[in-house]
Amino acid sequence: MWRNTDESYGWVTILFHWAIAILFLCQIPLGYLTQATENRPALQFELYQWHKSIGFLVLALAVPRLIWVLLTVKPRPLPKTTRLEAIAARTAHLVLLLLTVLVPLAGWAVASASPLRIPSYVFNLVVIPPLPFTPSERQEIFWSNVHAVLAYGGGMIALVHILAALRHHILLRDATLIRMLRPHRD
Amino acid sequence: MLHGSLLSGAVAMLLLSGAAWADTLADVAGRYAIAPSSAISFSVGQVGGGGISGKFPKFSGTIELDPGNIGRSRVTFTLAPGSVTTGEARVEKFLRSDAVFDAAAYPSITFRSIRVTQLDSSTAAIDGILAARGKSRQERFTATLVKYDGRNVTFHVVGDVLRSPYGMDVGTPIYSNVVKFDMIVQGRKF
Repeated sequence: MWRNTDESYGWVTILFHWAIAILFLCQIPLGYLTQATENRPALQFELYQWHKSIGFLVLALAVPRLIWVLLTVKPRPLPKTTRLEAIAARTAHLVLLLLTVLVPLAGWAVASASPLRIPSYVFNLVVIPPLPFTPSERQEIFWSNVHAVLAYGGGMIALVHILAALRHHILLRDATLIRMLRPHRD
Repeated sequence: MLHGSLLSGAVAMLLLSGAAWADTLADVAGRYAIAPSSAISFSVGQVGGGGISGKFPKFSGTIELDPGNIGRSRVTFTLAPGSVTTGEARVEKFLRSDAVFDAAAYPSITFRSIRVTQLDSSTAAIDGILAARGKSRQERFTATLVKYDGRNVTFHVVGDVLRSPYGMDVGTPIYSNVVKFDMIVQGRKF
């Protein structure tokens, strides 16, 4: 039940998937709002801290998930899946998996490179030290752009991923989405 | 922080020079206008070490030291929060905004003493009403005489002020709720 099998995802994979998916998808509008609230600086500051805290939580989940994915078996594609679909799905899954690590890492780089040196105080519980960057506005802008491109790119891939899952569930009526909701019982 | 250590060094030198003169508060009694050469410095600590430090370059005020009774002395002080400098333009913009000082709506912060208590020959506690951002509260600063040349007087003034009573507690607990003032206040007799 906890581990994947050739036929089914286990609870570890399922819980990692949905926890990171929900947090990652919340981060995109939250990240957008940090840029859209410049005329409300107090709110903007609070939004930034929530965005950073959730980002570190995503990173804390995404790294063990990546290790888990490398260690565990992956269920076989469902029957009727074409070779092209299987390659596309596998590529999208791999890119999303990497982005859930890279996007928060790039965000950490932004906080570390910023001359503002605002501490990363995750959920007001623990201080995450900055990465060993020399703070400069140029570095901050560079990493902000990297962070935004990766995040919005990841958001678009996630959207395609969601639409593909819905296509399988609604149009093709197969178990693609269902098997990411609960482990298959033999 | 470099700024802080330079200030500390300056304060130490002033304290030493003050000790050499050994003037007392009674010796320097008189009416003084606070000079622009004063340094109104502050710092706010942050979690994990470091913090924000800066100065208010625009201010004015008076010091009236009663020759017969230091306890009857009076201090008034006004500063322009919009003049704040920290060395980082974005921090200054944030501090001036309605998130902190709301300098557009509240262009001045004032302090009016209500009681001066002599602590020793050269030190006094100054209790007074600090008014900022439409809110008033009693605060205490401690002033130590460090230099006097017959016309100009220098005090080292320190005091801790909470941000939250003035509605300026944005950023807590990342940034401390306590603003530490460490000021060199110079007065010129008038």
